[in-house]
Amino acid sequence: MLVIGAGPAGLAAAACAAECGVMVAMVDDNPALGGQIWRGDSGTAWSEAVRWVDRLHAAGVQIFCGTRVFHQPELGKLLAEQVDHLVELSYRKLIVATGARELFLPFPSWTLANVMGAGGLQALVKSGLPIARKRVLVAGSGPLLLAVAAYLRQCGAEISVICEQASRSLARFGLALLLQPGKMRQGFFLRKQLSGIPYLADCWPVAARGHKALEEVVISQGFNIGTKTRTISCDYLACGFHLVPNTELAQLLRCTLRNGLVQTDALQRTSVPEIFCAGEPTGVGGLELALVEGQIAGLAAGGRSDSAQLLFAARKKMRSFARALDRTFALHRELRRMPRPETIVCRCEDVAYSRLAQHRSWRAAKLQTRCGMGPCQGRVCGPATHFLFDWSPDSVRPPIFPTRFENLSALAFKAKRNPAK
Amino acid sequence: MSEQVELKVNGTSVVVSSGATVAVAIALAGAACRKSVSGELRGPLCGMGICFECRAAFNGRLYCRTCQVLCRPGMEINTDAQRTVNKGPIPRCW
Repeated sequence: MLVIGAGPAGLAAAACAAECGVMVAMVDDNPALGGQIWRGDSGTAWSEAVRWVDRLHAAGVQIFCGTRVFHQPELGKLLAEQVDHLVELSYRKLIVATGARELFLPFPSWTLANVMGAGGLQALVKSGLPIARKRVLVAGSGPLLLAVAAYLRQCGAEISVICEQASRSLARFGLALLLQPGKMRQGFFLRKQLSGIPYLADCWPVAARGHKALEEVVISQGFNIGTKTRTISCDYLACGFHLVPNTELAQLLRCTLRNGLVQTDALQRTSVPEIFCAGEPTGVGGLELALVEGQIAGLAAGGRSDSAQLLFAARKKMRSFARALDRTFALHRELRRMPRPETIVCRCEDVAYSRLAQHRSWRAAKLQTRCGMGPCQGRVCGPATHFLFDWSPDSVRPPIFPTRFENLSALAFKAKRNPAK
Repeated sequence: MSEQVELKVNGTSVVVSSGATVAVAIALAGAACRKSVSGELRGPLCGMGICFECRAAFNGRLYCRTCQVLCRPGMEINTDAQRTVNKGPIPRCW
């Protein structure tokens, strides 16, 4: 069995399946296990991450980090790329646990250096970026903002303000949900860590400014952009509008999606036989839900559906909690007015808002402007234009990540030598 | 993260703690990662290998996502932004 993604869902799935006696290999694009939420934690703080990684090792799971899957040339076989190698992976069963990325929405000068995702800045700090005494403005939406602000402050950053786009009453409700004891394990610490930092609702960035890198951010509070604005100087802007599931691999494998989410049955089975999916691609729901879905998928794939069933109730409870959070932090339509005509929306091909606004579909915009045709393959601007223009990115084609020509040509060479295959 | 790693960014020596990614070394060197197709200087956005904004060359390998590569002693990093200055425009690959 092959598990793609070494975040909480993938770790839980791999550990559970391997403990059922299945031979399991795990593949992840990142240099270490843990995914984004446990980045840099597998050796230290979070005992839970360490516990899962220990179970993984004890069960003899083979681990391939720094390995990025880009193609399925035939059923049961995946191709992946490492820095120096092409890797061929065969599987009988597959668990897709590819996690989520942040939703980035364009606003004037968001392409300036030091304007990053909220999770993006946290990931860089976890990867060694010194943040002590730096002034950081945290903006966007969702519970991640709080976790990021708390983490950065703990690392010595000065958090000037947290701007949440959701309205005051909703954001309060969301906070109450999040901070209730036992809901989020770090809820208590969050409350303590964030004391004294202004948490502004109905608030979002309207412009970043700076010469070579970010110097200040203009934020707007209230319903009409431009009416109540404030300029705050800062070194970093950590801005993300909640999460978008990474479903490209599931799409490549022809799993059925609905409303952008991979459809699964009670045992986390997708529409494709022997392919399971767990965690954010089935619906963004956070750490606890990912762990439960991962365990269910791992147990089901390992032939222990009876044990998997014992976790259904927990999953149901967590899913309804996730839905409540989703409603709370639903994006304000007003955010569609953040970009100015000259604001770049597609960062790979530098396509401005005004050029996109002339088109009626993602496909038309792609053909006419190259929007979404750069190296990120629409991973950033696809979800942004979905929000801005209601466009839906269409098909996914291999390679699902930019791949070195030498690796593609090695494949072609092999195919030529074995024409029968 | 106690040990230190020394590497070169655009020919200048940079010291980072072990476990740091190349994107961090580039930031510490005060360099931008790449120059966009319209000439803007760019740095990391997503920090997790999705956005490709942090790409640069290491040890001669072009277009690597530096947020996903760990620093090793003696590594030579060349940012795209720097390459444009030295060797003419970046060929369009995508």
